[in-house]
Amino acid sequence: MSGVFENKELFKSGHTACAGCAVATGFRHIMRAVGKDCVIVNATGCSEIFTSAYPKSAWEVPYVHCVFENAAPVAAGVVEALRAMGNDHTKVVVLAGDGASYDIGFGHLSGMLERGHDVLYISYDNEAYMNTGVQRSGATPWKAYTTTSQVGSKIRGKLQNKKPMTEIVAAHGIPYVASSTSAHYTDLEMKVKKALSIRGPKFLNVLCTCVPGWGTDPSLSIQYLKDAVDTHVWPLLEIENGYLKMNMKPEKKPVETYLKGQKRFKHLTPEDVSEIQKMVDERWEGWVWREKVDTERKKELGE
Amino acid sequence: MKPANGKPGTSMENKTGSWRTQMPVVDKEKCIKCGQCAMNCPDGCIFVTPNGAQPNYEYCKGCGICSQVCPVKCIKMVTEEK
Ligand SMILES: Cc1ncc(C[n+]2csc(CCOP(=O)(O)OP(=O)(O)O)c2C)c(N)n1
Ligand code: SF4
Ligand code: SF4
Ligand SMILES: [Mg+2]
Repeated sequence: MSGVFENKELFKSGHTACAGCAVATGFRHIMRAVGKDCVIVNATGCSEIFTSAYPKSAWEVPYVHCVFENAAPVAAGVVEALRAMGNDHTKVVVLAGDGASYDIGFGHLSGMLERGHDVLYISYDNEAYMNTGVQRSGATPWKAYTTTSQVGSKIRGKLQNKKPMTEIVAAHGIPYVASSTSAHYTDLEMKVKKALSIRGPKFLNVLCTCVPGWGTDPSLSIQYLKDAVDTHVWPLLEIENGYLKMNMKPEKKPVETYLKGQKRFKHLTPEDVSEIQKMVDERWEGWVWREKVDTERKKELGE
Repeated sequence: MKPANGKPGTSMENKTGSWRTQMPVVDKEKCIKCGQCAMNCPDGCIFVTPNGAQPNYEYCKGCGICSQVCPVKCIKMVTEEK
């Protein structure tokens, strides 16, 4: 087909993500906002496998595939080389999974942030190591089933809580940290563009449904992300120069709206669900409180 | 030594439409051309044309997201006979 049916995007069709993969939807939005003048640095994980299986590639822009753990230092090297050659315009953008970002590449990411390289690091968070068949990561939520957080008579899903990555990254004092999802494309594109207008390290935490990993119907990948935001499970936030802003305060839907129909949560008892509701409410109240404090402080300091 | 580079955009050679078991069919009369389907498709393979939304079946994997996000429910998923 040609003409109006042609894919003219920088991230092409024919990639081999599962049907309904929200990571792929998110990459389309991200690339629309990033534009042509970039270098993409992609950590090993689903997205690297489904976009760049040799000799084919879904990318229309310069692209580096690095190993599982070193996307941040590779990006730091690329950007420093570009800047040393007098190129002060090309954007260096990392795309890395939650396993790569929250876990194995965490020290490298922290170092990249601390050294202050001009890199936008995007962690696409599908809440487990999906490419190797769904192992739990630091991003997997409490009680979720994965192949390494099984459900049996004693242990019922992941024993630990999800790592508070947005806060941990923000604690580095970098100029811009934000969260979004693949479904909230206006929000996501705005945040990518804003981040790229700022010099220095920037971090985006983007929630993405994984069809086999979450055990969800492929047609519902976008709906689940909308539900994650509407239930307050995944707030849309920005922390700019240390000040928190909540981009959306939707009227809260019960947490079941988000949990139901996901096979990774199908063993939850009513008690588990109320425990999760309590945790979500507490975290949400914490964000609302911090936004209030930050807004007042900002006003006081006249910033 | 030849660099181990994939050629830009060559994923387009993968005709992922062959994966499909369900096929999105658009009722063009009902389509309001809002573009929700085109925005949310993971495969970038449904387009808003002057006549309404049009999937590119060469790439469409039949996930059903377009049908689910359509605000006027004008995309039906039908089982495909091959
Ligand atoms: C050092 C190292 N350990 C393990 C692997 C195997 N491996 C490849 S991808 C992957 C999981 C990636 O998880 P994540 O970063 O969350 O990305 P996703 O696949 O979920 O998109 C693992 C464990 C590897 N490539 N390198
Ligand atoms: S396993 Fe999950 S993240 Fe990986 S391609 Fe499939 S849907 Fe996407
Ligand atoms: S069924 Fe899925 S892949 Fe096919 S056009 Fe709709 S959203 Fe795109
Ligand atoms: Mg992952």
